[in-house]
Amino acid sequence: MTEAPSYLSPTGQEIVFLLLGAVAVGSALLVVTTRQLVHAALWLVVCFGALAGGYLVLTAEFVAWVQVLIYVGAIVALLLFGIMLTRAPIGRTADLDSRNRPAAAVVAVATAVVLVTVVIDGFRTAYAPLEPGGGSAKELGSSIFRNWVLPFEALSVLLLAALIGAIVLSRTDIRGRD
Amino acid sequence: MHVVYPAVVSALLFSIGVYGVLARRNTILVLMSVELMLNAVNLNLVAFDVWLRDRLHGGQVLTLFVIVIAAAEVGLGLAIILALYRNRQTVDLDRLRDLAEPTGTGDGAARDPVRGPLRGPLRGPAPTGSGGALTDSGQAVSESATRSGETS
Repeated sequence: MTEAPSYLSPTGQEIVFLLLGAVAVGSALLVVTTRQLVHAALWLVVCFGALAGGYLVLTAEFVAWVQVLIYVGAIVALLLFGIMLTRAPIGRTADLDSRNRPAAAVVAVATAVVLVTVVIDGFRTAYAPLEPGGGSAKELGSSIFRNWVLPFEALSVLLLAALIGAIVLSRTDIRGRD
Repeated sequence: MHVVYPAVVSALLFSIGVYGVLARRNTILVLMSVELMLNAVNLNLVAFDVWLRDRLHGGQVLTLFVIVIAAAEVGLGLAIILALYRNRQTVDLDRLRDLAEPTGTGDGAARDPVRGPLRGPLRGPAPTGSGGALTDSGQAVSESATRSGETS
């Protein structure tokens, strides 16, 4: 790869990416620590939006728009429906965290320390010059339909199976054979 | 762009997701944390695709696949959670302890709401005390008796 410039003179793209990453990590922290269930879903929207911005900075435009469409549009809406249908308490609730919260914090901090140390040690000299166009819809489309056709079709079957499974699970008048 | 920056952001997102999965009680919040972990993986895939200049665009195509699988997973997960809520009137992970042996202090309170099969629309709060299934209709009791006979 190319020679890496110094860390002390970040480019504009790196500054933008770091700001977006800070937003994503901060809102993710709020997702797992907030005391209101609906706010967790809304902070998830902020986190996914910041990640989509990060994909844009990394020149992956198509992935960024798919992220906005599917994650922000579909998945968060589904999660909000789930919150509504399970009659979750709206407003502050004290018991969203279980009793093993300290153990979870210890495990998470240990995971973060190990991963960040390994990643910094491994990729300290790696540098990826950003060139636009690599992640456009045209490039990705030709790549999917030339080289990735079989996984693509398998995924469509998977989506169909998940759809039928969700319908069977959520309807109450379908019963197993006794 | 140094590859360290997206890699560190995704490592932090992943460990935040681990914390959420382990520490939250509400099942929907656990699903949200799983989504955070999947997004960490996606960020890694995109960053490495840009770094390695894959001619097949493997990283970004796999990111799209992961997004699709996450959508399927959330749909199925929410269907399961709704079925759970319909049967037990709770989505609290700490109270779903059917696979564990009943402890000495709990008098089967964690087991009972399952035995009376609640069908159809919601019937209000689940019976929580011991012998809660017995307060159901006689048909429910006989059904649960035959069912336990089958499983034993």
